[in-house]
Amino acid sequence: MTERLVQILLDSFTQILIPGLLVTIPLTLISFLFGLIIAVCTALVQIAHVPILRPLARFYIWIIRGTPLLVQLYVIFYGLPSLGLTVDAFPSAVVVFSINTGAYMAETIRASIEAVPYGQIEAGYVVGMNFPQIMWRIVLPQAFRIAFPSLGNTLIGLVKDTSLAANITVLEMFMVTQQIAARTYEPFALYMEVGLIYLIFSTVLTKLQALGEEKLKVY
Amino acid sequence: MLELQQIQKNFGTQSVLKDVSLTVKKGQVVVILGPSGSGKTTLLRVANFLERADRGQLLFDSKSYDLNNLHKKEIASIRKKTSFVFQNYNLFANKTALQNVTEGLLIARKIPKIEAKKRGKAALDKVGLSDFYDAYPHQLSGGQQQRVGIARAIVTQPEVIYFDEPTSALDPELVGEVLEVMKELAKEGMTMLIVTHEMAFARQVADHVVFMADGFVVEEGTPQEIFDRPQKERTKQFLARISDDPCYSVEYVL
Repeated sequence: MTERLVQILLDSFTQILIPGLLVTIPLTLISFLFGLIIAVCTALVQIAHVPILRPLARFYIWIIRGTPLLVQLYVIFYGLPSLGLTVDAFPSAVVVFSINTGAYMAETIRASIEAVPYGQIEAGYVVGMNFPQIMWRIVLPQAFRIAFPSLGNTLIGLVKDTSLAANITVLEMFMVTQQIAARTYEPFALYMEVGLIYLIFSTVLTKLQALGEEKLKVY
Repeated sequence: MLELQQIQKNFGTQSVLKDVSLTVKKGQVVVILGPSGSGKTTLLRVANFLERADRGQLLFDSKSYDLNNLHKKEIASIRKKTSFVFQNYNLFANKTALQNVTEGLLIARKIPKIEAKKRGKAALDKVGLSDFYDAYPHQLSGGQQQRVGIARAIVTQPEVIYFDEPTSALDPELVGEVLEVMKELAKEGMTMLIVTHEMAFARQVADHVVFMADGFVVEEGTPQEIFDRPQKERTKQFLARISDDPCYSVEYVL
């Protein structure tokens, strides 16, 4: 390896890492949080058989899981302005990633709620609780534990998927790497480098997931 | 104090309860016997609104309710005066023994935390689980879990407790501890409606025995009448088959 290449890699490491910490990570966490809220609502609407909202929830999941994430990004960022609705790149990305992960996690959470034995719901009724109380205090905590590994999966997937936001001009890690690669003509080394940083992020999350699972093991 | 009148219940085309009436007086222990599929569990579940009857009346606290058409509020108010013990315990897996017992007090009855805890501990003490307040259900044996289930049922001081085959899911050596607790309650005058296969227990504890088969009450009377002098052929057959079957043995009862 030439001295020049080493220098490029060292200089670029922080140049890539900083947008990673300031853009990729916040984009991931914010989208995941909103996605989780959407997912819980979508799952509950289905479990509780709410009229109108239930078929709507199925429709939402069908559309989002059936179309590419990249297409969804383009529709929101490049498509909506032609309808007179312009949204900045970062919020656009948050919207798309939230809605996208929300659809997947809705199914995870719905299945996890259904995995909690129905007898506990009956027991809740029998001791005098109502449906929301039973959901909030008995079912959701257990469903969350069941869903946790799968939600961890989604989160780790999302970290890497945020690289697609480069396509709608969000200045995140991958976009910055592309710019440096174009300037220095070292695509191989730089794309390996950004891959490594994604790997580090994912590894940290994997460790956190394992830690979380351990904590949830009390019952 | 509790009367079920002309209960009918179908699951699809199958008629599970054809026309069942049953009376439980205050302080009475009523045991329902019968072969599986006779509808006895369904009857208990209908009585506590876990299933909706297709027809039938519930007389409770001298008020009459249409079991096919009850308002949510009526259900909630009756449920607050009754308790139910399940065959599979159905403890809240994410709550400790004490939390399982206090949940109905804290959440459904808005009783202050300190009092709820005091009553919860007293209920657990009563079923012999003073050392297990903070144990999660998975850390307890089946017999202990069912005793938590009974503590959860008595802590609200209900007017009647329904028991749905409370010992059927237990290992044989754990049956005795649960029956012992139930006997204690009977002695104290708790009103209980019990579906069980424990014949010796029924004979010893019941004030009134109801024999059900094929969705009907075939015969009812005192334990002596049903066990020693059954009148109907169906009852005789059932009792004869049971006395040959080691599963329904008598020696589990102390």
